[in-house]
Amino acid sequence: MAKTLLDKIWDAHVVKSIPGGLDVFYIDRHLIHEVTSPQAFDEIEARGLPLFRKEQIVATADHNVPTKNQHLPIQEPLSRFQVDKLTENCAKHNIELYGLGHEKQGIVHVMGPELGITQPGMTIVCGDSHTSTHGAFGAIAFGIGTSQVAQVMASQCLLLSKPKSMRITVDGDVRPGVTAKDIILYVISKLGTGGATGYFVEYAGSAFRNLSMEGRMTVCNMSIEMGARGGMIAPDQTTFDYLNGREFAPKGERWDQAVAYWSTLFTEEGAAFDKELTFDAADIAPMITFGTNPGMGMAIDALIPTEVPVSEQASYSKSLQYMGFQPGESLLGKEIQYVFIGSCTNSRIEDLRQVARFVQGKKKAPHVEAIIVPGSKQVEKQAIEEGIDKVLAEAGFELREPGCSACLAMNEDKIPAGAYCVSTSNRNFEGRQGPGSRTLLASPLVAAITAVEGKIVDITQYLN
Amino acid sequence: MEKFEVLQSTAVPLPIENIDTDQIIPARFLKATSREGFGENLFRDWRFDNAGQPKADFVMNTGRYSGKILVAGKNFGCGSSREHAAWAIYDAGFKVVISSFFADIFKGNALNNGLLPLQVSDEVLARLLAQIEQDPQTTLVVNLVNQELEVPVWEEKISFEIDAYKKECLINGYDDIDFLVNQKEAIEQYESNRPWAY
Ligand code: SF4
Repeated sequence: MAKTLLDKIWDAHVVKSIPGGLDVFYIDRHLIHEVTSPQAFDEIEARGLPLFRKEQIVATADHNVPTKNQHLPIQEPLSRFQVDKLTENCAKHNIELYGLGHEKQGIVHVMGPELGITQPGMTIVCGDSHTSTHGAFGAIAFGIGTSQVAQVMASQCLLLSKPKSMRITVDGDVRPGVTAKDIILYVISKLGTGGATGYFVEYAGSAFRNLSMEGRMTVCNMSIEMGARGGMIAPDQTTFDYLNGREFAPKGERWDQAVAYWSTLFTEEGAAFDKELTFDAADIAPMITFGTNPGMGMAIDALIPTEVPVSEQASYSKSLQYMGFQPGESLLGKEIQYVFIGSCTNSRIEDLRQVARFVQGKKKAPHVEAIIVPGSKQVEKQAIEEGIDKVLAEAGFELREPGCSACLAMNEDKIPAGAYCVSTSNRNFEGRQGPGSRTLLASPLVAAITAVEGKIVDITQYLN
Repeated sequence: MEKFEVLQSTAVPLPIENIDTDQIIPARFLKATSREGFGENLFRDWRFDNAGQPKADFVMNTGRYSGKILVAGKNFGCGSSREHAAWAIYDAGFKVVISSFFADIFKGNALNNGLLPLQVSDEVLARLLAQIEQDPQTTLVVNLVNQELEVPVWEEKISFEIDAYKKECLINGYDDIDFLVNQKEAIEQYESNRPWAY
């Protein structure tokens, strides 16, 4: 029977199947960070279990870290304690740690791919839902809970039932100003936050093929926002070119063997999916969200929908009330106070380049605070080498040091209650960027234009 | 993990859809490095105002409802994978969450902590919410062994699905880690025979 990409990688990682439909499923790479690992270390220690394959674990500090003065001790005591705990645990168990200040430190989903730790055909987990990012390489990558982090530490395996498969095909060329972020926000707006729950999604079609690896990561990153466990894109020449020469990518003869194997990782003609959806790239416009979940997105110049199913009305009005918007309203002309460019969705060098290209020679609006948080030390370094830091500084944007930052506001980077923030991150949940904060998700391009204008504008007039 | 067989309790209704784990436990409370104490901050920003005072109209503060069962709107637990969400609910005294749809990761996390995610149809959920709101003393009986949710006032038993292995784990208080560690031999055998060794 013809196999999907998911089938091929899944089947290759089944250690054994147990009656009742669960598989003992092998994990190649385990990424850990300070927030979801301490209780897992405690658990294996309490049970007296050793780490089964410590060389398959890589750790970094990202969620809690400050984005200013990273060379100084962390000010906030609880954050410092959590980051110290990670350092302690990694030292005790001999785990590779790219901690604060390390040249390889970064948001876990930026760090893994840029170092070549993420490779096609792998299974990758992390105690973080955006682990789906790594699926951009044609890997099975998904977020897990802390109990599962402990399971992988103890056995390098998980007990899982194989998810259902969904293929989302988007063919055609996108319009000017439409980026990877807009494509995925569009897809999520069509499916809703639970539309892909229970599924693993494969993205297919020329709109995804034409994306760079960074764009593909942006797409796969947000798979979880429609409930999908993960998203994946079959590896191709773009994937191989990206990986070639990266620190942990195979070298020499092993590289050739790897590419030969990776080239077999695609969905065969006629393979069946549990669900298939198709969209036309030409229908996608630059997007923005207006509500408190990532499914509440629309074209930036559209009107906030007035018609919602009866069962959803209460939640819908609660959401709009939180945001201070009315059904039927346009967002164009709305003043915003903050712009946040960062997060594992959009903090890579291409994102920073795109922002720099637009803001070069311009200034941010005086009432706007615009912060840019690179995804990793490597991204930061490259931005400085390319002079992006200067362009941003001249435009009044503040380039910070790497971390998750205002994406989840666990550190000092918070958006005040009631303020609007156009954010390149992935979640606009109530209070996500700080208690009472109001988030509008968009692409780095939309975010940059908004920062300069100080309000939401129809970006098409700025493109040439 | 605590064993679960049958639970009889009143319930707390929360008729909001798409409740994400950021609402269940906001990120700023994830700095603890143990599993305990998260219950205090369950639904923090819905439950308390900025000054830390209880918001009178939130369902857990009205004094009208109590019990070990939380009945919530569709797509419960979406968003972040934080297991702290399951810990917070459990720590606040809930043993069961009833909804018509659960996000995947939340469901797994709940099961790994002895918290039963019980899925019913949209129609049953709507009736349950209405029933509890009308009579907060309504008692529900969750019988995991028979996979039945009993609503005595309706004289109805509603069956629910649960993975057979997960059911065993809950009833016996086992978790996956015990099982997996016992598979060591099979895992090592698998490792020695990889199609592409990373
Ligand atoms: S950047 Fe945001 S979404 Fe990504 S890992 Fe960090 S907190 Fe999670």
